Amino acid sequence: MSRIARRFATLRAQGRGALIPYVEACDPDYDTSLAILRGMPAAGADLIEVGVPFSDPSADGPTIQKAALRGLKGGSTMKRVLEMVRAFREGDDGTPIILMGYTNPIEAYGAERFCADAKAAGVDGLIVVDMPPEEADLLAGPAAATGLDIIRLVAPTTPDARLPIVFNGASGFVYYVSITGVTGTRTASTDELAAALPRLRKATDLPIAIGFGIRTPELAANAVSVADAAVVASALLNTLEGTLDADGQATAKTVPAVLEQLRGLADAVHAVSKTASK
Amino acid sequence: MSATDTQAGANSLRSGPDGRGRFGIFGGRFVAETLMPLLLELDAAYRAAQADPEFHRELDYYLKDYVGRPSPLWLARRMTEQLGGAKIYMKREELNHTGSHKLNNVMGQILLARRMGRTRIVAETGAGQHGVATATVCALFGMKCAIYMGATDVERQKPNVFRMRLLGAEVVPVTAGAGTLKDAMNEAMRDWVTNVHDTYFLVGTVAGPHPYPQMVRDFQSVIGVETKEQIMAAEGRLPDAIVAAIGGGSNAMGIFHPFLDDPEVKLIGVEAAGCGLDSGRTAASIERGRPGVLHGNRTYLLQDDDGQITEAHSISAGLDYPGVGPEHSWLSDIGRAEYVGATDQEALDAFQLCTRTEGIIPALESAHAIAYAARLAPTMAKDQIIVVNISGRGDKDIFTVAEHLGVKL
Repeated sequence: MSRIARRFATLRAQGRGALIPYVEACDPDYDTSLAILRGMPAAGADLIEVGVPFSDPSADGPTIQKAALRGLKGGSTMKRVLEMVRAFREGDDGTPIILMGYTNPIEAYGAERFCADAKAAGVDGLIVVDMPPEEADLLAGPAAATGLDIIRLVAPTTPDARLPIVFNGASGFVYYVSITGVTGTRTASTDELAAALPRLRKATDLPIAIGFGIRTPELAANAVSVADAAVVASALLNTLEGTLDADGQATAKTVPAVLEQLRGLADAVHAVSKTASK
Repeated sequence: MSATDTQAGANSLRSGPDGRGRFGIFGGRFVAETLMPLLLELDAAYRAAQADPEFHRELDYYLKDYVGRPSPLWLARRMTEQLGGAKIYMKREELNHTGSHKLNNVMGQILLARRMGRTRIVAETGAGQHGVATATVCALFGMKCAIYMGATDVERQKPNVFRMRLLGAEVVPVTAGAGTLKDAMNEAMRDWVTNVHDTYFLVGTVAGPHPYPQMVRDFQSVIGVETKEQIMAAEGRLPDAIVAAIGGGSNAMGIFHPFLDDPEVKLIGVEAAGCGLDSGRTAASIERGRPGVLHGNRTYLLQDDDGQITEAHSISAGLDYPGVGPEHSWLSDIGRAEYVGATDQEALDAFQLCTRTEGIIPALESAHAIAYAARLAPTMAKDQIIVVNISGRGDKDIFTVAEHLGVKL
């Protein structure tokens, strides 16, 4: 059983939903992002998404774009991202790490070598934003061979007839992009979410995480009341950005502010009681 | 004659892309899941339109009476004499309405968007030629129009920005990245993903996710189809070489495609070498890039070792793009087309050569093609023939040229 499957099984047994926060590698520098990553489990993170900075994140809104550019400025490379995960794993063997990024940096690194090195570093799953099932063959083989989960995105525009195509080859969990749009902009209403989830449940037994537009503890709690997990990215990155000095460097406030906000989100998510059966 | 003449046999080089939108290893559909169902819908709608004679009748009508096709094939006598080699013909795409080849594609896609019931158009633009063409057809059909343009390009292409606004388009300056075409493309994709219910993304070049490279090529192939007829009428034979400038590569793909199965015709794409191919300030994606994935397709890209896309540079805003259409990448790899570079300076020289010898002020984009043709012609016999695609007119570039010539306007 993968670390991701194990974590969701435990949460299910406890009748809890999961909070999945996001941290962009090297934003604004390696040490700060590693300190945030290391602090996240104690602040309530159940799984963690680590953003791999890319120069052209065309599916992301302004907040993640800026974080990606800060990450690149802060010295991020694929090698450095994997180093960061390895450093995290030295002190935490239980929290699943999912890398989120775009195809080109993976292809530049070499898909096979990437999967092997990522697995060795302690990565558990991959979300590749611009790799729909139609283009998944680049990673499918090497990911399966190394035991990395491939987390698929589903959107409101994905018709029912397409769901089996999307879920074919998916593992770990399913990421429901709750709005048509880019990250960190609009928020889906509770009604929209309530309508979307049964449609997905019918097509997959995998846990479902909701992301895009979840910025407050209330919204996060709403999300896990219908789904298995809530992903929060832009809201945390906005907080991080607000603590930087005029030169865009981290300050003494940066790490505590992000973790403090995470604690609030986690408390709200973990207060939602879920029936152990589903 | 049809603008979307794509009949080709199984062994033809013209039969691509395959069902996944691939030309060899290039092309594909590397987009977020939100867009995937839309691309499948677009692909189906395009195939239905292609098979519908009424669509072709409608397109042919607009191409003739609105765009002004066919465009002439002009024998450039004085330039030929001055260069003292092969005979140079110019395909006069700059005579189209709005002054470039861009309208061929835009006309096809707007008719498709209307068939699909879309009411709002978004597009990206670099030099503004595609933006102006898009704003033009949106005015013609009374559709809402948002044009994304890098803030740097908004600054250096003011006349085109004003033109688009006159035509009723909303021009959105993009400040992300270097504020050029690649950033405008990112932002247009973000708009599309946000407004999928009523919005059509009108891509201006033979790049992006499938079916755009194929569709834009088909709509631009009218250039090559006409060229073939015209050169046969004028010379009774096919040309020895066809030369066209490449940014994303739509004018080149349009003139190359009908000749892909004529191996005696050499096809030469001229990339913008910028300050020189090895200067680090270039837009020559095929000559100095590596295959990678950007904006929905796998193709040659200017990128660093870590797979981060690097900034392109060219004097011509229309060529200032770190990628190239996937079909060009494939044609380069299989050796059917040859890709070379012309520098900013060579383009400026060719701009003046063409203006002085032929009385035609070419776009700086097209001047790159002329620059290479001027290098090539003297190496060829006088009974040989080169066709150069004059993809656009240079009125928009006179400020840039004046600055480089040290003239204050």
